[in-house]
Amino acid sequence: MKFLPKNIIDFFLNTWGLFNFTKRFFIQFFRGKPEVEETIKQCFQIGYKSLPLVSITGFIIGLTLALQIIPTLDKFGAVSLIPQMLSIAVVREIGPVIIGLICAGKMGSGIGAELGSMKVTEQIAAMEVSAINPFKYLVVTRITAAMITVPILVIYADTLSLIGGYLSMSVNADMSIRLFFSEVFSTLTFEDFLPAVVKTIFFGFGIGLVGSYKGYNCSRGTESVGIAANSAVVAASLLVILLDLIAVQISTIIF
Amino acid sequence: MENNLAINIEHVKKSFGGNVVLRDINLKVYEGESLVTLGKSGTGKSVILQCIVGLLYPDSGSIYVYGKNIPKLSEDELQEVRKKIGFLFQSGALYDSMTVRQNLEFPLRRLTDLNDAEINNKVKDALESVGLYRAIDKMPSELSGGMRKRIGLARTLITDPKIMLYDEPTTGLDPATSREISELILKMKDKHKVSSINVTHDMECAKLTADRIVVLKDGVYICEGTFEELQKSDDPFVKSFFEGLNF
Repeated sequence: MKFLPKNIIDFFLNTWGLFNFTKRFFIQFFRGKPEVEETIKQCFQIGYKSLPLVSITGFIIGLTLALQIIPTLDKFGAVSLIPQMLSIAVVREIGPVIIGLICAGKMGSGIGAELGSMKVTEQIAAMEVSAINPFKYLVVTRITAAMITVPILVIYADTLSLIGGYLSMSVNADMSIRLFFSEVFSTLTFEDFLPAVVKTIFFGFGIGLVGSYKGYNCSRGTESVGIAANSAVVAASLLVILLDLIAVQISTIIF
Repeated sequence: MENNLAINIEHVKKSFGGNVVLRDINLKVYEGESLVTLGKSGTGKSVILQCIVGLLYPDSGSIYVYGKNIPKLSEDELQEVRKKIGFLFQSGALYDSMTVRQNLEFPLRRLTDLNDAEINNKVKDALESVGLYRAIDKMPSELSGGMRKRIGLARTLITDPKIMLYDEPTTGLDPATSREISELILKMKDKHKVSSINVTHDMECAKLTADRIVVLKDGVYICEGTFEELQKSDDPFVKSFFEGLNF
């Protein structure tokens, strides 16, 4: 192994570690009594507290997208197609990916830093020696909370995005709310909605998993907490993009 | 095996990478006995405690806690043994997202079938025994170092462990608070009749709490005895711990 560069070896060690961490998650998820109260608390911590950021982002995505498209389609007299374009783009791709990336930043760093500091201050070890399973209490709850909250946040952001799009159309193209949303709902089908929601569950899983893995395996020292949070964001963002690529390929084959 | 043994360590070796920390550790701790471990910083005293509780695994050797060999246990079996052990960390290791009350309730709600009233009573008793009932609704960040250690001790003792492991309980504290902690350890020993291993550099704490002292050097225990016996030792290394003491 000595002929390989250190970063390549680290990559494979991390991948192997993440694989084992995932396996442990599924074993602990189905084992013993679920930590319902802590999962709800985590949904609040990582989901509810992301609402302001997600709301502003979602609204602005729709608003700016419509603003950018109007001048181009206006040349072809196709402004009436904007609600259809917007709904497909936002629901299928832009909403899930951008909100997924925002969640990767906010949740990934939050989980990584929190678990990292718990590790450094021996709180995880204290839990372990008290015969309490820290993995189930800290990791399983956070990953589950991320899997629940990311899809909800994406649906919420998609809705705000369409409202933003409507406002833009209302001001710049004088389109009524009834016409805008009837166009939106006549375009959107179950095949647009379902894959988008399913992939965001995986985004949530990936974000929670990577954040927890980095924090839980943080080395000693306060510096490593920052490194854990930072690397959690980078890895979670990359994972969201990769999962999106895989999800799009699969949904294209199925639908 | 002797019936009244709480902990029995046989030929334990532990290394980190190429650094051999424990070469050949053999130790017996009897029920109700209070043992103090002395040794230089970084010589593996805390590693022994972590091996006893299964946070680290030795490279070889056996660690029996009430007859169960820790390195050979399954996860579930290890959890059962851990219920008998209390571990006081150097920092206190309080859960900083919980209040003092929640910190103390946490193990009780998960490990026992006690109802709310019983849990409240136990929390109250535990905090009163360390003299900190007034801090019940405080967050750990609002507590001083000494208070954190006392709360940590209360949280550890609330589950009535049979064995206590203290990892430098008085390090970083002023002499008055160190003495308070040492007296608290002694009080807990008399009250709960626990067996304990105390890793410390604080000789006053050692004198107060130890039934027997062992000295660790170069990965092996080089001598053992009572405080008074070791105070008379001719070994320069052992003598160095007792130099300048006024008691």
